[in-house]
Amino acid sequence: MDSVYAALVEIVGQDYVSTRTEELFTYSKDLGTSEPQWPDYVAAPATAEEVSRIVQMANEKNVAVVPLGGGLSLAGLALPLKGGIELDLKRMNQILELNEKGRYVVVEAGTSHGKLTAHLHKHAPHLMHSEPGAPPAATIGGNLAIHGQGDLGHPYGFNSDMVSGMEVVLPTGEVCRFGSCALGNSWYTLHPLPDVSMFMGWSGSTGIITKVSLRLFPCKKIQEQDAFVVEDEELVPDILYELTHVGMAEDMMVVSQEIPPPFNRLHYILINISGDSRKELEFKRQLMFDDRLSKYIQDGTGGIGAGGQEVPRPVVSKTSDWRKGGGFEYVGAIMPVTTYPECYKSGVEISGRHGIPYTTLGRVLGSGHSMMFSWTFAFNRADEETVRHARQALHETDEKVLELGGTLWKPAVFGQKLLMDRMDDGTLQMMQKVKHMLDPNGIMNPGNWEVA
Amino acid sequence: MALTQYKYMDIIHRCFRCGYCKFPLDWEDVDNCPSYARHRLESYSNGGRLWLIRAWITGEIPWSEHLADIVYSCVACKNCEEKCPLSFSDDIINMVTAARNLMVDQGLVPPAAKKYLENVQLHGNPWGLGAKKRDQWMADLSLEPYRDQEFLYFVGSEGAYDSRAQSAARALAGVLQKAGVSFGVLGNTETDDGNEAELLGEDGLVEVLAEKNIARFAEHGVKKIITLSPHAYNALKNIYPRHGGEFAVYHYTQVLADLVRAGKLAAPKLAPVKITYHDPCFLGRWNNEYKAPRKVLQSIGGVQLLEMGRNRKSAFCCGGGSGNYYMDLLGGSADSPARIRVRQASATGADVLAVACPNCLSMLEDAVKVEGLESKLMVKDISEIMYGTE
Repeated sequence: MDSVYAALVEIVGQDYVSTRTEELFTYSKDLGTSEPQWPDYVAAPATAEEVSRIVQMANEKNVAVVPLGGGLSLAGLALPLKGGIELDLKRMNQILELNEKGRYVVVEAGTSHGKLTAHLHKHAPHLMHSEPGAPPAATIGGNLAIHGQGDLGHPYGFNSDMVSGMEVVLPTGEVCRFGSCALGNSWYTLHPLPDVSMFMGWSGSTGIITKVSLRLFPCKKIQEQDAFVVEDEELVPDILYELTHVGMAEDMMVVSQEIPPPFNRLHYILINISGDSRKELEFKRQLMFDDRLSKYIQDGTGGIGAGGQEVPRPVVSKTSDWRKGGGFEYVGAIMPVTTYPECYKSGVEISGRHGIPYTTLGRVLGSGHSMMFSWTFAFNRADEETVRHARQALHETDEKVLELGGTLWKPAVFGQKLLMDRMDDGTLQMMQKVKHMLDPNGIMNPGNWEVA
Repeated sequence: MALTQYKYMDIIHRCFRCGYCKFPLDWEDVDNCPSYARHRLESYSNGGRLWLIRAWITGEIPWSEHLADIVYSCVACKNCEEKCPLSFSDDIINMVTAARNLMVDQGLVPPAAKKYLENVQLHGNPWGLGAKKRDQWMADLSLEPYRDQEFLYFVGSEGAYDSRAQSAARALAGVLQKAGVSFGVLGNTETDDGNEAELLGEDGLVEVLAEKNIARFAEHGVKKIITLSPHAYNALKNIYPRHGGEFAVYHYTQVLADLVRAGKLAAPKLAPVKITYHDPCFLGRWNNEYKAPRKVLQSIGGVQLLEMGRNRKSAFCCGGGSGNYYMDLLGGSADSPARIRVRQASATGADVLAVACPNCLSMLEDAVKVEGLESKLMVKDISEIMYGTE
């Protein structure tokens, strides 16, 4: 018997290891436009200890290990580019501690965002976490490994800014904790110890996140969505500046898309607000619309598109069905808010050139310190030509992002190379040193963030 | 080589594999798909399964026994269809069944499925027991053969042959008699309803079974049918009309709920007891009947009805659908669906796990034993509770 297979069976049990074509095929596929990459093994550990043993064994055998959460990055970041062991972490899904007064929750990294939302709804309905726009099967650990953002991005920034503690299995198998939990204390803060956390944004190439403490935030009784609409994209940065000045929103996104027609060439600034009373909501609306946006209404350049709508749970999967084809991928980039007009125009232009209805979205992060801007390209999985067009559009957009002064978020390997080509030498060398120090055998998600 | 005769080639590629299909309605966890809950590998989620089916259809991967096991391990509980947000969601089970159609046509089904279908074809029941023994469940009961009574009581294969389900079949007969319902049975002339044969992809056999049962119903002038099993209820109500069947079909809990409401059936009075109810997939998600069983249980004196977190449209399947109560492709693990389900039931603090399906009855009672919960949790069919079966 293959010694790696035998070792995996010994560690996680026969049921949770496979070298059969069906599992290898399934894990060779990403949901986006990436070409398939076949693993040699699939394993689904249930504990950090099992992960650690697998990683130690993989070092001994010099086999690659690729951690997988919900598998929803769309950019092929958990594909086994150099074969090896695909490590499905979704059995590590326990919610370990909910500290209401301390406003944090400790979870295993394979816990889905949907599960955490349901758990909070049931056990602490006055608390919430920042849920990404991804399908609810996206995992907490996976989202952090790519520096995800969510629906509390405006007040609190990236989801990876909301971590109060973390446990990681290093590429050599040691289990490390970061933050107050490293002292044996509760998992209430990541600071102020020396910053040795080098795992977020690395797409699992420096270690496997196994436990996370996430900050929780007040969840108000009433949550509603308003929409402010403008036709001129040049106005959007100023409007966002006005809105972030008063800081009344929980989430702010600007959406423009060709389909459905009412969104075409218009910019819907979707503003999620919350309150424990109608009075609180009205106060917030007064500050935003009466005090800050009335000038746009008065001069006829903007208007309230909707008010007091129920906040819909994002169903991003529907995007995959726009071409009745089961697929889409997007370039997400972290951009200065001021670049919104150029971002939007480039989205229209690139999409049009590839025969894809344009879809753009900007989500405000922090007090307008940046925005995550996405250019989405739907394709038909059964029509290779549309996949090719989408892939090409993604590459062109990656390049456009850098031209506009942006930074690619969770880039695929193509985008990683673009970024590293432009990266300052000192930073590149530092990345290389970090990678070599933590992963001397180069087994951890190889092919990602590899400095040439 | 592409299998061009696959019926859903125009939509199967539209599954994005986003994972909604694994959740219950309240998003509690990604474990409400029975085969995924059992195996926890993406290949066993319905998204993974659809991608594998498409790969087999297009020739990207070859058929294998393991592929057939994956395709047949879907228990057709329809949880995926409840949660999938895309417009083709109503066809998810149809896409799986269509792949099974092709496997049947090519003789590529798992051995257990093959045996199941052979037994039904040769003997009219999945266990291959003699057709002449079909009426033994009622040997010591004085039940009338169907002539022109108001209802035909369609017992189904499980009620007729499975020793645990026979108790429910007998209890239901007793309850109907107690309520003065005019009914008769077909005895040995009844045959398998074909619900599972359809889901296993053997359309030809379904046609034979449906035509045989329909001919028998027509011969006797049957107008109204009561079924013990939700699987039979589904077959007679939704499959038989395609084969010319014209009659009204009721699951027995619907009839009992009406009898209780009309004052024609006095529900028993029990010592205080906590009961939790398990929604069978073929009554619930397949046929949207969630109220009648609960009304019956609520009519019983002394009953405190406790709901499991996963109930109604979010109910977690026992794992026995689509012939798996016989094939057992999801057994052999603490994560076998029936074992998960009885742990969920036990967590409510209930004394009794009530069911309204003979398959669920057998599956869950076996799981209670394996979990060592016999002293805490009894599994009873609603018919047994209404009849007072100990």
